[in-house]
Amino acid sequence: MRNMNQRSGKKSTRQQKAEQKQLVKEQKRGNRQILLVTYGVVIIFLCMAGYLTYFTAVDGKEVINNSHNKRQQILAEKIVKGSVLSKDGEVLAETRTDSKGNEYRYYPEKKKFCHVVGRTDNSLTGIELSECYPMLTSHTNPLKQLANTLRGEKSQGDSVVTTLDVDLQRTAYDALGDHRGAVVALEPSTGKILAMVSKPAYDPNTVLEDWKSLVKDDDEESKLVNRAAQGLYPPGSTFKMVTAMEYIQEHPDEYDSYHFKCTGSKVFAGNRIKCYDGERHGSLTLTKAFAKSCNGAFADMGTRLDLTKYRKFCEKLGFNQGISVEFESNKSKFSLDKGSDTAEVAQTAIGQGKTLITPLENAMITAMVANKGEMMKPYVVDHVQSEEGRVVKQYDPQSLGKLVDSKVTDTLTNMMEEVVNQGTGHALKTSAYQAAGKTGSAEADSKGTTHAWFVGFAPSENPSLVVSVVVEGAGTGGRYAVPIAQKLFREYLQK
Amino acid sequence: MDKQQAAQKLMAMFGNVNAVAVLHSIVVGLSKYIIIILFAIYTWHCFTVFIGKNMDRKEEIYKRQKRIMFTIHFICSLVLFLNSLSVQIIGFYAAQVAFLVIVDKAYLYVYRNLSKLVMNNMLMLLTIGFLMIERLNRDFAVKQMIFAAIICFAGLFIPWMIERFSYFDRFGWIYAIIGIAFLALVFVIGQEHYGAKNWIGIGGFSLQPSEFVKIIFVFFVAAMFAKSTEFCDVVKVSAVAAVHVLILVAERDLGAALIYFITFVIVLYVSSQNPIYLLAAGAAGTVAAVVAWKLFTHVQVRVLAWRDPWSTIDNEGYQVARSLFGIGTGGWFGMGLGEGMPNSIPVASSDFIFSAICEEFGVFFGICLILVEVSCFVLFVNIALKMKRRFYKLTALGLAVEYIFQVFLTIGGVTKFIPSTGVTLPLVSYGGSSVISTVVLFCIIQGMYVLNFEEGSDAPTKQKGKRKDRSYEEYEPTQWEEEY
Repeated sequence: MRNMNQRSGKKSTRQQKAEQKQLVKEQKRGNRQILLVTYGVVIIFLCMAGYLTYFTAVDGKEVINNSHNKRQQILAEKIVKGSVLSKDGEVLAETRTDSKGNEYRYYPEKKKFCHVVGRTDNSLTGIELSECYPMLTSHTNPLKQLANTLRGEKSQGDSVVTTLDVDLQRTAYDALGDHRGAVVALEPSTGKILAMVSKPAYDPNTVLEDWKSLVKDDDEESKLVNRAAQGLYPPGSTFKMVTAMEYIQEHPDEYDSYHFKCTGSKVFAGNRIKCYDGERHGSLTLTKAFAKSCNGAFADMGTRLDLTKYRKFCEKLGFNQGISVEFESNKSKFSLDKGSDTAEVAQTAIGQGKTLITPLENAMITAMVANKGEMMKPYVVDHVQSEEGRVVKQYDPQSLGKLVDSKVTDTLTNMMEEVVNQGTGHALKTSAYQAAGKTGSAEADSKGTTHAWFVGFAPSENPSLVVSVVVEGAGTGGRYAVPIAQKLFREYLQK
Repeated sequence: MDKQQAAQKLMAMFGNVNAVAVLHSIVVGLSKYIIIILFAIYTWHCFTVFIGKNMDRKEEIYKRQKRIMFTIHFICSLVLFLNSLSVQIIGFYAAQVAFLVIVDKAYLYVYRNLSKLVMNNMLMLLTIGFLMIERLNRDFAVKQMIFAAIICFAGLFIPWMIERFSYFDRFGWIYAIIGIAFLALVFVIGQEHYGAKNWIGIGGFSLQPSEFVKIIFVFFVAAMFAKSTEFCDVVKVSAVAAVHVLILVAERDLGAALIYFITFVIVLYVSSQNPIYLLAAGAAGTVAAVVAWKLFTHVQVRVLAWRDPWSTIDNEGYQVARSLFGIGTGGWFGMGLGEGMPNSIPVASSDFIFSAICEEFGVFFGICLILVEVSCFVLFVNIALKMKRRFYKLTALGLAVEYIFQVFLTIGGVTKFIPSTGVTLPLVSYGGSSVISTVVLFCIIQGMYVLNFEEGSDAPTKQKGKRKDRSYEEYEPTQWEEEY
């Protein structure tokens, strides 16, 4: 580093030069520190600019959709909010104009899609919330937009095409009847949500009129809650899939020769585990224990598991982690860890205990089995298209990773076939296709309320549909949930 | 008159509805992109001007920056006018142009060989502030212009004062006494604004003493450390500096307390060249932060709002969430001037003005603004590096740190990068105290720089005196510039 003083004239003596040098040194004292400080500041500001960039690119969209943000009104002044369509282009939600020229949102399917599509009045939910901004953006022909501006008219916002299958959704809705509960149907190879029903439902067209009764909720119907993604249920025997997978993974050489003699009940650390109705299953292999849903056998298997690995596996599957989907969802819960006592382990292994699962999470686990161990991220928005049908944004299937070896899932699939062929799900047996699945009857409280579960897929050799059904307080899965699944398979596979 | 009424009136006046609507939407719609491009070019020049030594090219760049400034000012004023059809806007436009031209010429005359880039940046930031405040609240805009005009006029005397009182560095402890007295005045005749009792009212105006004392504080620290950085002196000065900071904490003016603290630490580090002080201050700061967090609920509130503004959106997170709504909805290119809802952001015209700017001018513009602020700081540091007198060097550095740290606190706070502390964005935010102290800060640095240059050119040989009027850039570049 040179300095100007070095240039300021010729020096007559050496001494002067030395003095000069001393002076320059004194002047420069601390400059290195100043530079260090400056670099620090520049780095911090670059970080801040980077953060702002990240915020705008990634979080900005969520912020726009926040219901506290009133700025959507500004967009709505220039754009007619686009429609929500089914996978075949049927309208699920659209903007209409009444005789006075006021815009309102119309839902032709009324109650059938209320949770997944969502509502507009009294805060946005579902797709109406998550895709609000794309639907308030127009990618229609710019010339047409200009012409609209000229005429003082609004441009048409983009439409959201979902993965939802209207027929399947209707079938699921009707099949649940007057029961409370939920149905989720997925395409296992992609994670596309084909149907998602939660009952009881509400009519999104008349939310404002019905709001008082919806919120007051005298008989705890919780119509506004999307049970399919938010409802937390004990998984009951459907959880034996998870226990079985973990057992096979931990005992790759011995699971074939597993043997259990069921006498109707067995005591684990002072806690009696009974089979359903006290039935004695007798001598059982793993496959047979699974098909008959023997509680004693699975409690026994549970006590032979490494609890740390067990917990890790469950968390890999999504327990305690949450799912990132376009709509509101809850985290499924798994609470065993190293220190848990045997009684709790036995309960948890058969799907009771403190474990809680959403029908969506259960569908994802089942789909993972159907998809040979690879879990797909569930999604409901397939693409966004402009008024003319040009695709503006396409959402592709996303893998959440290969979580289980395909040998394990093949074994489990065979076991699940046995459930249908000669076990608790025999109602599904048909020559048209081979289904695979697992029933469950989850005890929800000490009063004996039992939720009926079924999770499964078909056709088992090349699965195209996964269903997860829960019927609240109905009784056994075989009797109440399996028939609903049957209707879905029939609708989807035999039409 | 709001936008709708203005549009209707325009249509009524010209009859041809379509033409007016098109013109309006084109001007408003296109202008935001033009403004971003212009400001990006301006920012680009803030950094590229140092490349090469061609004086004519540099002069040309400074002129171009000024042209860009006036163009942005014109476009924005036009949009504001079209959105309101208010004669007041034309008045503002004329007054602001006059202000900019006069200040530019007068400063160029009084401050011989000033850093033209610093000057351009100062006027650019003031202009952006004028426009945004004008859009948010026209009464504030009038006040802001009055304050700016008064202080810019007063600023013309600063070089004279620096030259006249060349023994500025002898007052050491007196600065501290004045500073503490002013800060403590708030306890006697203080007013409370936004939960911080750091204002005093004088004849209808509210003043924030901490804004003024922060300059005196730098004088104090620089004067003391220019003399000695012996350990026992450092302890004494630290104790007195701590009194400043503690008073500010007691007034709940956390932002100012932080600014004072950081400035003190940096000046101490540079003057002593001892990194141990940096570590010690870091440890002390951490302890103080934890203690403050435990003791004061208002600190907890800020931290809570920072960690998760969304779940506390109706209470603690209200301000930050609303700020993020503005920034996020504006996106890269903004909603366009007058097209957003920046008034839904709390204190949009002062502490949260950066969010309002991002909402309507776009995040891209906001990032350019950050870079312009950084360019100011770099120039200040560059000046500090060139200073020969130790007191000047430390003062320039201290003021530079105060400036950039305040920018960091405000922009970081409103974007949720750090917890918000409620300080203004220098020169841009509305606020008399803030504008006054920042313009003074700019003037002092420029003034010391000019003086430094004059003292320097008088030095050892007289024959250089003839070239006194040359621009400072003719000097050998400092290390900093070479690394640029």
